[in-house]
Amino acid sequence: MMIAQKSFKFLIGIFVFLTSFTYAGEHKTGEHEAHGEAHKEEVHAEGPVDTKEEIDAYIKHHLQDAHDFTFFTDGETGKHYGFSLPIILWDKEAGLQMFSSSKFHHGETVAESNGNFYKYYHGKIYNSDAEGTITYDENHNVQNYRPLDFSITKNVVGTLLAALLLLLAFGSLAKSYKKSQVPGGLKGGLEQLVMFVRDEIAIPNIGKEKHRKFMGYLLTVFFLVLTLNMLGLTPLGFNVTGNIAVTAALALFTFFITQFKGNKDYWKHIFWMPGAPWPMKLVLAPIEVLGMFTKPFSLMVRMFANMTAGHSVLMSLIALVILLKAQFGTVGSTGISLVLSLFIFVIELLVAYLQAFVFTMLSSLFIGIAVEEHAHDDHH
Amino acid sequence: MYNLIGAGLIVIGAGIGLGQIGGKAMEGIARQPEAAGKIQTAMLIIGALLEGLAFGALILGK
Repeated sequence: MMIAQKSFKFLIGIFVFLTSFTYAGEHKTGEHEAHGEAHKEEVHAEGPVDTKEEIDAYIKHHLQDAHDFTFFTDGETGKHYGFSLPIILWDKEAGLQMFSSSKFHHGETVAESNGNFYKYYHGKIYNSDAEGTITYDENHNVQNYRPLDFSITKNVVGTLLAALLLLLAFGSLAKSYKKSQVPGGLKGGLEQLVMFVRDEIAIPNIGKEKHRKFMGYLLTVFFLVLTLNMLGLTPLGFNVTGNIAVTAALALFTFFITQFKGNKDYWKHIFWMPGAPWPMKLVLAPIEVLGMFTKPFSLMVRMFANMTAGHSVLMSLIALVILLKAQFGTVGSTGISLVLSLFIFVIELLVAYLQAFVFTMLSSLFIGIAVEEHAHDDHH
Repeated sequence: MYNLIGAGLIVIGAGIGLGQIGGKAMEGIARQPEAAGKIQTAMLIIGALLEGLAFGALILGK
């Protein structure tokens, strides 16, 4: 399995490359004061989480993207175990800045890089000065400039990890075809999934003649969403598909493919629906144009909401261990939370697969509508 | 408070829709067990569309 071995070395190489940034920027050895008490403006999601507000803040923090990878935080000492991810900024005047996010020390200090100062405030990075002042206008909006943020955040790491896993899996599957037509074991399952996408999703919607051109995109979307959803269920704390920017990008891909591959019949059906009386044609045109945009929009919202809601419910049920400790004791509350979380986890596995399936199915449906050849006699 | 009433109404709507779909799918499978695969697939698709609506409304409301 030479491809698998080479990809494995590549994986290790990437991992080492990323962690080397922490040594580049690390000043202290990661000691922080315990953040047990809540701040005035926000409840910090560190230290022991006991109250409902702290749990809410913890869940909210873990649903969002982050510039560092915290595996867990020691309750008493407040020490974080994890590693910081590199921050890559494009400042308008100063150009490209790269440094480790450990310079921010979780938002406490101002990071300095080549003479420019940046402040990390509420999850975003702003230009600032040595003291880290944030100027507000009258509606309490931040006035500081923001550099373009190209950092390697947790979502980027998650997507790269999913891409590497897929390369590994499909590389070894492709290699096994040299030996025999029938792959064995888990690779056979992968082949079944590919055939499922082709026979149940692509061919019924796009048609037998044209589906081959779009199989690359459909397979990519299906397996990428499936892998990312499954990654979100691991304890590593990923939430890639629950981020509306990620799903917006995927929905944009579908949108552009349908627009650029639409043939004359497709555009005719949108702007001048054949087979209807002409007042109806005028009424239908704006509705169809609106439909052109709402369909990918619904793709985006559907996956984002499903994934975020699932992760939120799962984390809330796990937090039941803390909330029910007073009434049922530690063992009782852990038992209840375990049973409920297990149920929700199995449902989330189904939802992970279902969302991948539905996204791919609807994408293929839209593509099929766009490239469909009608046998017209000017009569629908 | 009105948030919660709205959320409840959304869930009622989604529940009615999914219940109808599930019921008709069950009837269809009972009539023709060999078409069970296709009916199941169609049921899942429409279920996901409905859920998308419900979740979209929840997100817009919150």
